[in-house]
Amino acid sequence: MSANAAVSLPESPAPSAADCLRQLTRKDFQTDQEVRWCPGCGDYAILAQVQKVLAGLGRPRHQFVFVSGIGCSSRFPYYVNTYGFHGIHGRAPAIATGVKCANPELSVWVVTGDGDGLSIGTNHLIHALRRNVDLKILLFNNRIYGLTKGQYSPTSEFGKRTKSSPLGTIEQPINPVQTALAAQATFVARTIYADPGHLAQTLEAAARHRGAAFIEILQNCRIFNEGAFDPVADRARAEESRILLRDGQPLRFGKGGRFGLAIRDMEPVVVDLEAEPHRAAELIVHNVRSTSPALAALLAELEPPHFPTALGVFRQVERPTYEELLMRQIRDAVAKRGHPDLQALLQSGTTWVVE
Amino acid sequence: MNPGSSGKGQQLQELRQSTVRFAGDSGDGMQLVGSQFADLASLSGCAIRTIPDFPSEIRAPAGTLAGVSGYQLNFGGEEVLTPGDQPFVLVAMNPAALRVSLPELQPGGLIIVDTDEFTPENLAKAKYATNPLEDGSLEGYRVVPVAMTTLTEEATKPTGLPPSARARCKNFFALGMTLWLYDQPMQPLLEWLMRKFRKDPAVMAANAASLRAGYNFANTTELLRVHYRVAPGHLPPGRYRRVTGNEAMALGLIAAAHRAGRPLVYASYPITPASEILHELSARKEFDVRVIQCEDEIAAACAALGASFAGALGATGTSGPGLSLKTETLGLAVMTELPLVVVDVQRAGPSTGMPTKTEQADLLMALYGRHGEAPLPVLAPATPADCFPIAFEAIRLAIRYMTPVLVLSDGFLANSAEAFRIPDVNTLPDLRAEAPPPPPPGEFAPYRRDPKTLARPWVAPGTPGYEHRIGGLEKQDVTGLVTYDSENHRRMVELRARKVEGIAGDIPPATVDGPAQGELLVVGWGSTYGAIAAAVRQAQLEGHSVAHLHLRHLNPLPRNVESVLRGFRRVLVPENNTGQLATLLQSRFLLPVQSLPKVEGRPFLIRDIRNTIEELLRS
Ligand code: SF4
Repeated sequence: MSANAAVSLPESPAPSAADCLRQLTRKDFQTDQEVRWCPGCGDYAILAQVQKVLAGLGRPRHQFVFVSGIGCSSRFPYYVNTYGFHGIHGRAPAIATGVKCANPELSVWVVTGDGDGLSIGTNHLIHALRRNVDLKILLFNNRIYGLTKGQYSPTSEFGKRTKSSPLGTIEQPINPVQTALAAQATFVARTIYADPGHLAQTLEAAARHRGAAFIEILQNCRIFNEGAFDPVADRARAEESRILLRDGQPLRFGKGGRFGLAIRDMEPVVVDLEAEPHRAAELIVHNVRSTSPALAALLAELEPPHFPTALGVFRQVERPTYEELLMRQIRDAVAKRGHPDLQALLQSGTTWVVE
Repeated sequence: MNPGSSGKGQQLQELRQSTVRFAGDSGDGMQLVGSQFADLASLSGCAIRTIPDFPSEIRAPAGTLAGVSGYQLNFGGEEVLTPGDQPFVLVAMNPAALRVSLPELQPGGLIIVDTDEFTPENLAKAKYATNPLEDGSLEGYRVVPVAMTTLTEEATKPTGLPPSARARCKNFFALGMTLWLYDQPMQPLLEWLMRKFRKDPAVMAANAASLRAGYNFANTTELLRVHYRVAPGHLPPGRYRRVTGNEAMALGLIAAAHRAGRPLVYASYPITPASEILHELSARKEFDVRVIQCEDEIAAACAALGASFAGALGATGTSGPGLSLKTETLGLAVMTELPLVVVDVQRAGPSTGMPTKTEQADLLMALYGRHGEAPLPVLAPATPADCFPIAFEAIRLAIRYMTPVLVLSDGFLANSAEAFRIPDVNTLPDLRAEAPPPPPPGEFAPYRRDPKTLARPWVAPGTPGYEHRIGGLEKQDVTGLVTYDSENHRRMVELRARKVEGIAGDIPPATVDGPAQGELLVVGWGSTYGAIAAAVRQAQLEGHSVAHLHLRHLNPLPRNVESVLRGFRRVLVPENNTGQLATLLQSRFLLPVQSLPKVEGRPFLIRDIRNTIEELLRS
């Protein structure tokens, strides 16, 4: 098998080329499995958008792989009619890294949650991002443990009362976007279950990014953490509660873009442009390709009540992917040492003959 | 010994085998001269078996006991099955090396020492109150004191190198003396030096001069009047090379993946004593070996499993602590029924234990150390070279039965070397056909099993028309859909077990070395092979009714094991643990088994086993 050929299998009647190329729809990506999330769970909206976006990517179903860990969100692969691997707690990025290295042609997606990806599996998440393995990592953040019925998670706010923290948590929450930025992810975004348009647009941008793409998806756990992302989720208040990151644009929010975001003494400040229109020039102009992730990290920290929550792409830079570099080393080795000769390998070094 | 003569009043004696140990400071190049001597002995037709003794610290202070690096080599005829119980010749480059190696030396053995290193300072570092060369404590040995550093410096003067660089060549002086001592030619080594130091002629010349000086010194000194010729063995014809267990393991994985026509994805986290497998494979990228050095042991197992899901051959290597971390992934591999090879190069535990020391105490963990009913095949190589066919067999079973396979090597096998008869690659089994072909897409179900092997089909992502999902949740028989149905779970537990048990019909029956019935059967597995085989052969030569059964497959066991065991009045199981195989055999076959444990971080000596055999036969 040549170094970069897709893994081939014994012949079997494959669907015709036309079959593979016809315009797919969301329905093509649905499975016959009954979706088992609680009624009203934010996961449904995410599933619908993912299926829709996949259909629009112009790739046949068999080239997609969904890998997950454990948790409510990790049931995801069962509901997407592609290849799927429901792994063990926290390890999806590691499994997906193996998939991608075995066959770099595949489009590999990881579905994880705040517990799966940022507690038990943080290590793997960070390293997959750092290596820039071409994975699309969707982290559903509901700031609670859902599947185990309501304990606080690493993203739960300080002081939160849950079944396992009746007196309130005593832990500082971890910030998913900042974690991804610190891990040098080449694509980092945040979106929310309650805005299908923004969700779809972000998913699509991630899908089209070459390299590790990380999306924090704010997701409502109806049962154990209802309303965690109100008011960000609330459409009526969206203009005030969200700041949409647009590459090359000054950061503005509020009705008619009344407010803007500037930096003073290394701290973000809200500028009321109606009161001080002359300060428009001070506003931060968003730059996803900025060499330093510092500004993106600062935006990732904004939260109510003093600031809107930033949604959109924080950072998108280019770097060779892990599997590209891996396969390049293999091709280079073949170029340098010639086609692999097993007999020669076994006979390398000092040998002798016994007659 | 047959005394002969070789001119100048020197005697040449013949030996059937001999053990020599080179010991010095870690900077003295003992591994290099030891392995060169091993190659020379091999070239003369001898069987070889070596064992290094590395310092545990990376940079132990020079001259200290902790800094001693040793290389022991046993060579000769077919009876060379271990690195030797007791060296016959000890080359000690400093007082610390002498002190560390002396207890193992054969009584009356020959000691070659570099007297230049026996300074008060070095004696103190080696915790000698008095100089052992002068205080009579070496009585009972033949001591050859040589001012090796001085003689080396003198011999290498014409090279123009600074004195310190010249002194570093003294390992070749010692090697030169050893060559004379064993009547070995210098020519192959001089040629090797030419190749090795092609780019550095001065260093090449210095080493060559040092080698010759050592040889000539031994030839002329009054202190050495006898030298030895070790009789070659009768090895099966073929082309050979020297391999350590870790090297052979890496080669076996490459060869099997090559014969399976799939890329090898080796995901691993560095750990002693398994890291050399990672190094060997990292250097073989042209074989489409995709090495991922992972963030941790868990990731390594998971990445390897993910690679297998995607149609490559996923493998990972580790040692005990790492195997503990991989156990959850092994359970996932059992549930998802994917091929995966996990090599555990065992070391002395528990916990961090003694990382550089050998042990076989992971057997029961390999067999049972997972939550839930999670059976999987377990194999163990018997010798360093046997790691090659065992790695090959592990991949064959993994593909054919769609199962994770555990291979139990250990620190002894990993670092010990022997001659490896290089196979003709065309005679290696073709593994491409091992995985059963999937049915047409319409009839495909991820858990529809091959009726013969009970393996499920292996269809990788990227194959049109076969999209499916697998995972750690219990699977419905055939469809692979998630279900908590109780009857289905019972059936799946049974199917997974039957699949692994069925492998017993696909492996050779256990063969007994010796009579099929008798007084005593010695049963071993893994690296104890050599010591047991040698001890049993010695007992057999003395007419005792003793036989040897060696197990390379620990799960499932070959089907005839029980009947073999029942042919003997007593069963002895030597193991580098506190009796794990013994426990297993007793509970499985309800027959009494005597355990011979050794948990000292060292392999068995032949005499450890000999003595117990004799005791048992007397009682
Ligand atoms: S527990 Fe919460 S996150 Fe889980 S399915 Fe129910 S609503 Fe969704």
